[in-house]
Amino acid sequence: MTSTLQSKLASGRFVLTAEVCPPKGSDCADFLEKSRKLSGLVDAINVTDNQGATMRISPLAAAALLVREGIEPIFQITCRDRNRLALQSDLLGAAALGIENVLALTGDHISFGDHCAGKPVFDLDSVQLLQAIKGLGAGQDLAGKSVTGAPAFFVGAAAAPEAEPFPLTFYKLEKKVAAGAQFFQTQAIFDPERLRLFSEAVRPLKVKVIAGILLLKSAGMARFVTNNIPGLKVPAPLIEELEAAADPLAAGVAIAGRLAAACKPYCDGLHFMAMGREDLIPEILKAVGGRWSAVGS
Amino acid sequence: MIVSKQKPIDEILAALAGDGKIFLIGCAKCATVCKAGGEEEVWQMQEVLTSAGKEVTGSVVIDEACHMLRSGRDLRAKKEMVEEADALLVLACGAGIQSISAGTPKKTVAGLDTLFLGNIRRFGQFEQKCSLCGECILTETGCICPVTVCPKGLLNGPCGGMDSGHCETDPEKECVWFQIYERLQAQGTVEKLKKTVPQKDFSKMLKPGKLGIGK
Ligand code: SF4
Ligand code: SF4
Repeated sequence: MTSTLQSKLASGRFVLTAEVCPPKGSDCADFLEKSRKLSGLVDAINVTDNQGATMRISPLAAAALLVREGIEPIFQITCRDRNRLALQSDLLGAAALGIENVLALTGDHISFGDHCAGKPVFDLDSVQLLQAIKGLGAGQDLAGKSVTGAPAFFVGAAAAPEAEPFPLTFYKLEKKVAAGAQFFQTQAIFDPERLRLFSEAVRPLKVKVIAGILLLKSAGMARFVTNNIPGLKVPAPLIEELEAAADPLAAGVAIAGRLAAACKPYCDGLHFMAMGREDLIPEILKAVGGRWSAVGS
Repeated sequence: MIVSKQKPIDEILAALAGDGKIFLIGCAKCATVCKAGGEEEVWQMQEVLTSAGKEVTGSVVIDEACHMLRSGRDLRAKKEMVEEADALLVLACGAGIQSISAGTPKKTVAGLDTLFLGNIRRFGQFEQKCSLCGECILTETGCICPVTVCPKGLLNGPCGGMDSGHCETDPEKECVWFQIYERLQAQGTVEKLKKTVPQKDFSKMLKPGKLGIGK
């Protein structure tokens, strides 16, 4: 079984992915509506896992709902909330439900979210989680016991191309690939030149790079993510640009389009984080050109 | 040493509601260094209890309250005062309190919250550097402990929240993996960061721990 995302990337096609945050509740109507609208546009939809350590419906359930709709999900799974039993158990469940893409993450610290008094787990780190996924794929769990129906996931990991010092994070990226990561989805890129350097650095690792594009909706939101979302730092000139704009949202779309177009030569795909305004992705894509320039118009 | 701090006095008084006569116990070791349960704090607590209308039948500061035999012996030396009390208020760490309560059927109240195994930066400033994981990896990490100092206990390098060498949970603090990286670089052994550290064996720290030397 090969995921569509995997075969598209393997055949050298430029891919698009976008993340959709599952609802805080069991009513998935909106989530599904958004995903349906996106599905014609992107190759796969990332389902986030209690993003920002804020409790939401299980990404496993949300991803399974997408599969049921014929939409290809990327199931994000973090080490924050599950020990090694729960991680492997959910991965097997995901495979049984027809989920083919997994993004293995450490997870934001519990202190950022809405359950600060909870006990963070971090039984495994992201590299060890990747090893677990690889093991399951080979028919073996972390205890060395065999499992039936070994899941053949297309496995991704996160990368932060703009993180400093880069050599330090690079050691970890190498370990992630050695542990089975086949693609990287990056943190939001604000400096395409950094993405170029990053892509060059990881080229010997032979992994696909899907570059993250964040839609900044206003100067206030740009400041908020800078202060509250781990690993995200919006550069001051961009905040000033949003500040000065008569229509900040339109300016945000323009910035995202500009970054997406500038990143395109240095990656194998783009990953959109539209923070609830997934409807604006077609607009952003117009700037990218090629087969998407007609999209949404 | 074990770092502890006194519970809010209202909480202590609420736990002692209905107990008129109290016997007070401190510890001469860690709780003294933490200024949570030494001679001085036992004395201050005596004043507080008295002004709250309680009678303090007596007090003792045990040399090491966690030492089960010694705490039993020290309480026996004050037998009458202990007997007379309605409750014992113990200003020692959780280990100390349990050595004491194991030696007496009396109602025992915990006066301290026990925090962590701490290093002493300077007087009155404590930091957690080790969480007693049972399988020390310091040799591999330039003797900086990621199990403890990284809020996520990550073993294979920094998380995606690291920002210019700072920790996602507190921009004032350096990321432990940045510290390890700098240390190993200075020692010329930064290659150690290439090694993938496998899943940790947490059975080494299964509770409750027990060790008998030479047995
Ligand atoms: S690895 Fe860290 S927590 Fe474990 S024993 Fe060593 S210093 Fe303590
Ligand atoms: S920034 Fe560094 S110390 Fe902080 S949680 Fe991430 S890896 Fe751990």
